[in-house]
Amino acid sequence: MKRFVKAVALALALVLVLAAAASAEGFRTLEEIKESGKIVIGLFHDKKPFGYVDENGEFQGYDVYLARRLAEDLGVELEIVAVDAPNRIEFLQSFKVDVILANFTYTAERAEQVDFALPYMKVALGVVSPESALITDVEQLKGKKLIVSKGTTAETFFEQNYPEVELVRYDSYTDAYLGLLDGRGDGLSTDNTEVLAWAIENPGFAVGIESLGSLDTINPAVSKGNETLLAWINEEIVKLGEENFFHADYEATLRETYGENADADSLVVEGGVI
Amino acid sequence: MQDLGISVLFRGVNFQRLLLGLWVTLRIALITIGISIVLGLLFGIVMMSRSRAARSVCRVWLEIVRFMPQLVLLYLVYFGFARLFGWNLDGEASAVLVFSFWGTAEMGDLFRGALTSIPRHQRESAAALGLTRAQINRYILLPQTVRRLLPQVINLSTRIIKTTALVKMINVTEVLKVGQQIIGQFYREPSAAFWVYAAVFLLYFLICWPISLLAGSLERRYHE
Repeated sequence: MKRFVKAVALALALVLVLAAAASAEGFRTLEEIKESGKIVIGLFHDKKPFGYVDENGEFQGYDVYLARRLAEDLGVELEIVAVDAPNRIEFLQSFKVDVILANFTYTAERAEQVDFALPYMKVALGVVSPESALITDVEQLKGKKLIVSKGTTAETFFEQNYPEVELVRYDSYTDAYLGLLDGRGDGLSTDNTEVLAWAIENPGFAVGIESLGSLDTINPAVSKGNETLLAWINEEIVKLGEENFFHADYEATLRETYGENADADSLVVEGGVI
Repeated sequence: MQDLGISVLFRGVNFQRLLLGLWVTLRIALITIGISIVLGLLFGIVMMSRSRAARSVCRVWLEIVRFMPQLVLLYLVYFGFARLFGWNLDGEASAVLVFSFWGTAEMGDLFRGALTSIPRHQRESAAALGLTRAQINRYILLPQTVRRLLPQVINLSTRIIKTTALVKMINVTEVLKVGQQIIGQFYREPSAAFWVYAAVFLLYFLICWPISLLAGSLERRYHE
């Protein structure tokens, strides 16, 4: 047994020495990306309409549209890495990708681990209600019943800012929407992207309030400390804003989901200015 | 969109992509099984060696692969190696490395078990009859070992095939990940998920079932 313990200790020591001796490669600077002739971008592969693979095996979506343009303007090829929500930070920290463009919401906690560029999309709360009694202003909700899902930003927002609105809480999104269909509330609130898409699928309902509450922004992210690449992406986003690139992106990829009547400005951010 | 159902599988090149994914699954599994059998044989021999140190190393190795979830090992190699040592392995290479690390130890243990299960008197009787050591291995021990081993090796192989589903977490587009992408195309169609997963199940079944039948028939034959 003693020898066994010794062997384990030896193996562990070896791993530690190896780890200390080897130095990590690190991120690729803008110059290195240009020289290599390709930029590696992490995108969602199953989140329509932001990043998904269509039936022809091609990546499509709002984020993908931007990724293609970034590669084009940099004069390099685009290599797409399909990432999932939980390991997006990991891909940047292990330098497997140069940029993450997987609908990555800015949070202070994440900003400690990766560097965010300027935003290219924003998410706020929206309120959907029956067209026959459409709610277009928060003031209308006072004394009425509003359906929310437990644990969402919508729930916290109304609790803190509009305590006079009576909340009807459901455990899941599906139940909450069913509650609205059954008339258990006068309206329903959650992320505006969600309610906009839902209202399209359900005739008789419309989104009277498209943007409410504190905005969350969606930003490109690079590995912590990759200043050259970050600076270039920021410049690029400002430049793209001048030609209204993100509105074109919206028309090409999101219009179908959110419908003719949705206002692109409730989602799109041009030139990084909210 | 009521009529959608099973048709999601045949939109565009979806079905070809599923088959391509299946090929990636099979490729990783076959390479892994090949490496595991060869290295496992060596591993088994080392496990029976007289050197205590060598046996300890094998034991630590075997315990590590038995205790550590395969997913943790995959993350360790795919992300961890890049971060610690700057070894930027791609997903498939990481998968083959991890599964071979696991398969080698498990195969080795199977070899060891099969070899030690042959009664000592067989070796002694053969030696008494004047057979050389090589002849004993070739004519007495090896045939019996292989006979006992085959069903177990095949069983381990189907386990390796099924475990490859984990590699979708390290950016390998195998059959399950393709399935997810197809479901993503039809995110408002709840029945899409059912049909896609049913198809993935069927594809795994089509690979593993013949192998399982083979194991069964071998076992019956050798028991007669």
